[in-house]
Amino acid sequence: MDLNTVRAVRTPARLDEIADWPSGHAWLAGGTWLMSEPQLAVDTLVDLHGLGWEDLAVSGEGVEIAATCPISKVANFVGPAEWPAAPLFKACAHSLLMSFKVAGVATVGGNICMSLPAGAMISLTVALEATYTLWPRDGAPRTVYSGDFVTANHANILAPGELLRSIHIPAAALSKRFAIRRASLTHLGRSAALLIGTSGPDRDLLLTITAATPRPIQLRFGALPSAEEVRAAIDAAIPADGYFDDVNGTPAYKRHVTYHFAEEIRAELAAVESKA
Amino acid sequence: MSYTIDSKAVSQEPRPGQCLRTFIRDAGVFGVKKGCDQGDCGACTVWLDGVPVHSCLMPAHRAKDKQVTTVQGLEHDGHLHPVQQAFCDAQAFQCGFCAAGMIMTVAALDEEQRADLPRNLKGNLCRCTGYRAIEDAVHGIRSTDDDIAGAACGASLPNPFTQGIVTGHARYTMDVAVENLLHLKVLRSPHAHARIVSIDQSKARAIPGVVEVFTWEDVPRKLFSSATHEDHLVDPDDMYVLDNVARFVGQRVAAVVAETEAAAEAGCRALQVEYEILPAVFDPVEAMQDGAPILHSKGNEAKGNIFVTIKGEVGNVESGFAEAAVVHEKTYSTSRVQHAHLETHGSIAWRGEDGRLHVRTSTQAPFIAHQKLCYLFGIFPHDLHVFTERVGGGFGGKQEMVSEDLCLMATMKLGRPVKWEFTREEQFIGATTRHQMTTKVKLGAKADGTLTALEVHVVSNTGAYGGHGSETLAASLGSPLSAYRCKNKKADGHAVYTNMIPGGGFRGYGASQSTFAIECAMDDLAEKLGMDGFAIRRKNMIGPDDVIESVWSDPSDVSFGSYGLDECLDLVEAALANGEGLPAPEGNWAEGTGIALSVLESGPPTEHRSGGEMRLLPDGSYHLAVGSTEMGNGSINSHRQIAASILGTRGNNVDIINADTDLTPYDTGTFASTGTVVAGQAVALTAKALHDNIVSYAARITDTPVEDWSLVDDAVMNGNRRIELTELYKIGTEAGHRFDAKRKAYLSPRTIAFNVQGVRLAVHRVTGEVRVLHSVHAADIGRPINPMQCRGQLEGAVAMGYGWALTEHMVYDDHGKMLNPALRNYHIPAFADTPRTKIMFADTHDTIGPLGAKAQGECAINAVAPAVSNALANATGVRFAHLPFSPDRIFDQLSVTA
Repeated sequence: MDLNTVRAVRTPARLDEIADWPSGHAWLAGGTWLMSEPQLAVDTLVDLHGLGWEDLAVSGEGVEIAATCPISKVANFVGPAEWPAAPLFKACAHSLLMSFKVAGVATVGGNICMSLPAGAMISLTVALEATYTLWPRDGAPRTVYSGDFVTANHANILAPGELLRSIHIPAAALSKRFAIRRASLTHLGRSAALLIGTSGPDRDLLLTITAATPRPIQLRFGALPSAEEVRAAIDAAIPADGYFDDVNGTPAYKRHVTYHFAEEIRAELAAVESKA
Repeated sequence: MSYTIDSKAVSQEPRPGQCLRTFIRDAGVFGVKKGCDQGDCGACTVWLDGVPVHSCLMPAHRAKDKQVTTVQGLEHDGHLHPVQQAFCDAQAFQCGFCAAGMIMTVAALDEEQRADLPRNLKGNLCRCTGYRAIEDAVHGIRSTDDDIAGAACGASLPNPFTQGIVTGHARYTMDVAVENLLHLKVLRSPHAHARIVSIDQSKARAIPGVVEVFTWEDVPRKLFSSATHEDHLVDPDDMYVLDNVARFVGQRVAAVVAETEAAAEAGCRALQVEYEILPAVFDPVEAMQDGAPILHSKGNEAKGNIFVTIKGEVGNVESGFAEAAVVHEKTYSTSRVQHAHLETHGSIAWRGEDGRLHVRTSTQAPFIAHQKLCYLFGIFPHDLHVFTERVGGGFGGKQEMVSEDLCLMATMKLGRPVKWEFTREEQFIGATTRHQMTTKVKLGAKADGTLTALEVHVVSNTGAYGGHGSETLAASLGSPLSAYRCKNKKADGHAVYTNMIPGGGFRGYGASQSTFAIECAMDDLAEKLGMDGFAIRRKNMIGPDDVIESVWSDPSDVSFGSYGLDECLDLVEAALANGEGLPAPEGNWAEGTGIALSVLESGPPTEHRSGGEMRLLPDGSYHLAVGSTEMGNGSINSHRQIAASILGTRGNNVDIINADTDLTPYDTGTFASTGTVVAGQAVALTAKALHDNIVSYAARITDTPVEDWSLVDDAVMNGNRRIELTELYKIGTEAGHRFDAKRKAYLSPRTIAFNVQGVRLAVHRVTGEVRVLHSVHAADIGRPINPMQCRGQLEGAVAMGYGWALTEHMVYDDHGKMLNPALRNYHIPAFADTPRTKIMFADTHDTIGPLGAKAQGECAINAVAPAVSNALANATGVRFAHLPFSPDRIFDQLSVTA
């Protein structure tokens, strides 16, 4: 929709053209959320489009994703055979409510910075133990663990004007096996719960719970746990009233499927391990 | 030039913050639609350098130096794009409002994407079709018949506006450029119940571009109802154009008119309103208690917040229950839902060079809107013109005057054209919804299943205003109870004011709500009796020799013009048993089958009338004018088919104009399943009169018996003697003869239509996910005038029924504020949510409806939700009695053991 409070659009070719950050400024990445609701507090859009960051680069270290990388590039990513977790890219991109047309415009960084519980780029990057590089408006870039970025529904650690520049997914995480489960109230709809488990060669389990909770919850088990151990860990990590309440699923439902999916993921990875 | 739309350079620059959708429309390219303006519906899809995007989400400045392609630029060398042609062949639209975006999306899919339509069409919503026809278009399936003279009735002729729809040139309400246009926006109440103490306009008026502000002090102090019916007395006059009391969150508080939408919005935000917050009540049972906050004291109310109470009894239910071997009693409830027609409400009003006032609007009832506007603003009827061009869906939501009044008032005061287009959010918070109803059903039966007593108690939440409150309540106590033969029937119901958004007309209209309850209860009774759903219905359902009676024994004008309910049940039973559909998924799923039936009188019990005018034209073709509205229901097409059939010609030989208070005869409106049985009847009578006019003139001038003459495509024939219509026209006109006719139709008697829905589904015992495995539907709608359109209407109604049953839910906080007023959070069925439904027709020919036809667009929805509930009960042993059955509302009642 038209953002009728916007008075100016800035299209920097370099970030240092943006010296100050008055209130009313907003970064424009894909714009697919920004343009979808009135933004009464915004009077200036600062378009990241012209910065020319490389979307997605693969190296022996892992995958480097620019914040401005369209989600469709993630959906179409095919990793090398030694990265069993690479199919999570597509699975998470497909967990989003957005159409492929929106995914062609919406960015990975935008999805993460929106910090909604059902933001599947958060699920992907947290499950794969990514680090984010943040560029403050002034001062040196900082690197944070993905799991520490989102603090609550639609809230994160970014300071005003601070940018998410890129996401680094380490090769070690991509080398793990994974299992994913998702619930939605409608077919191909928004996630009510999105759980991902990964397990490395030392038979550990990293369980990432998203969508069901206001922010990602990550449970680490040094060795594949029992069903009881997983339940106990969820009990300890998420209080009964700690599930997200919105129209995409009641908290009770999200809690119910969280336990169910966690056990399914545990069992699936245990079965794979025992066959291996 | 840096901006290019459909290969044409555009000289304007976009405004900062402007989206591509409005930039394109500002350039006069109106094929790009607004369904939601939020990226959810896909109606605005265009290509940017060949890549499909939702243009409402695309900042316009990003189109710089790129090629924008809209549906209007898709034709090549004067030929339709193959996907446009495929949409024509499959008739992959009804109202057509989604078609532009749907075509631009499908035309951009690669082979791999085409193989996964549920995923790749998730960003394109269609509210009309149920998606089957769209899938057919993708697969190149043709559904249309050739247009053969004399065979128009019963042929699947394409919509006459097909070309305009698939090329984006068909003009919907907002698709006109108007010079000197002003824009109107409305400030809506944030409170469920509040008195407006003061409105400080000074800051609003200081905003550049703001021209005028209207508050309750500026409107005529005349009470009216926004509901439209022939009989204005059935709806209470309980609202003002603007009021000093807000009775629901979202009610209009003030209107701001400005040079731009942006200024009008800013003006609304700058209004400083002081409210005195009043106690509010949202639940109709609480609203009936002593001491509840009272919404209205205008003299319309039955008692307190009870707007109306309706009751009746035939026989004696007390003795009926005493006679019963088994008694079942349970309460069922249905949810509030929104029509979500893709074209939002909106109007444009202006004073013409003729000095008269004109209102171009999106309505199902232009003539009633005309009357109401004349009343409100003291306009002499001749001085006002109300009309529609193409309407993008209605479903009952546009049986309501919610945008015309403010536009007209503003244009009368300011002398300039004024436009008001609802946002999608306004559709959810400021239009109308289906009435939420809670229905207690009590059934008594003998051991063999014969009903001995049927009792129903309905509480309807009519919301803050009572429009449609009494009629939907009466409908809920009517036909759904007539469906069963029972000596003792009793019903009562209350329609109750609360501080919720007002209820309105909605496909199925009250009958949907109690059909859900009664059809669930019939299965619950059958369970207690050890019978199946087919057996209990066959035992008790109304037969062709029975009296059609609910709870009133007065004489009725409803009668069997035909009867096919038994055939519908047989068809559904056979189809469910035929082994088609999907197998149950592997895993912890429970599988079950359910059916339900619905019965609907063809047309409302209140007055309804229509009229037609026809003329033979000099070129031998015909002109038909009929007042009824076309909003995707297909009535325009069936009307020209009825006329063509009677005149022995081709559908294409009949040009049609509709829904225009200047150009067509009066019509009450297209609602209550009247498009075929009333307006269609008017067309049939008019065409017959014109037919007789033509052949008798031929007989007269040749001095031959009139019985020897017949009309063929472009001539009158008598044996081998043939007079071309062009020649006859010339002869007649020169001699002072007029080849024209006008007839009126009135709805009485009313025939009765039947529907039976069958569902086999699986429900996951842990996650509560429901998958429909097999969906079948049989309809007794008499002779289908256009079988393809009838199938489409039924598919669309069934899809809407699935939405009501499974996915749609208007959620409110404790203060009456809706929490999900956007299509991304209010889930109308998308492609992936909509099962394909096998549509079957009973082989009947009605003796009352025109050319053997009965009503068909409405009743099908009523059987769907109860069939789903019955299938869930069959699968799990649990009765889900409260809509909707979304996974989070059912999961904790499912047995987790297989």
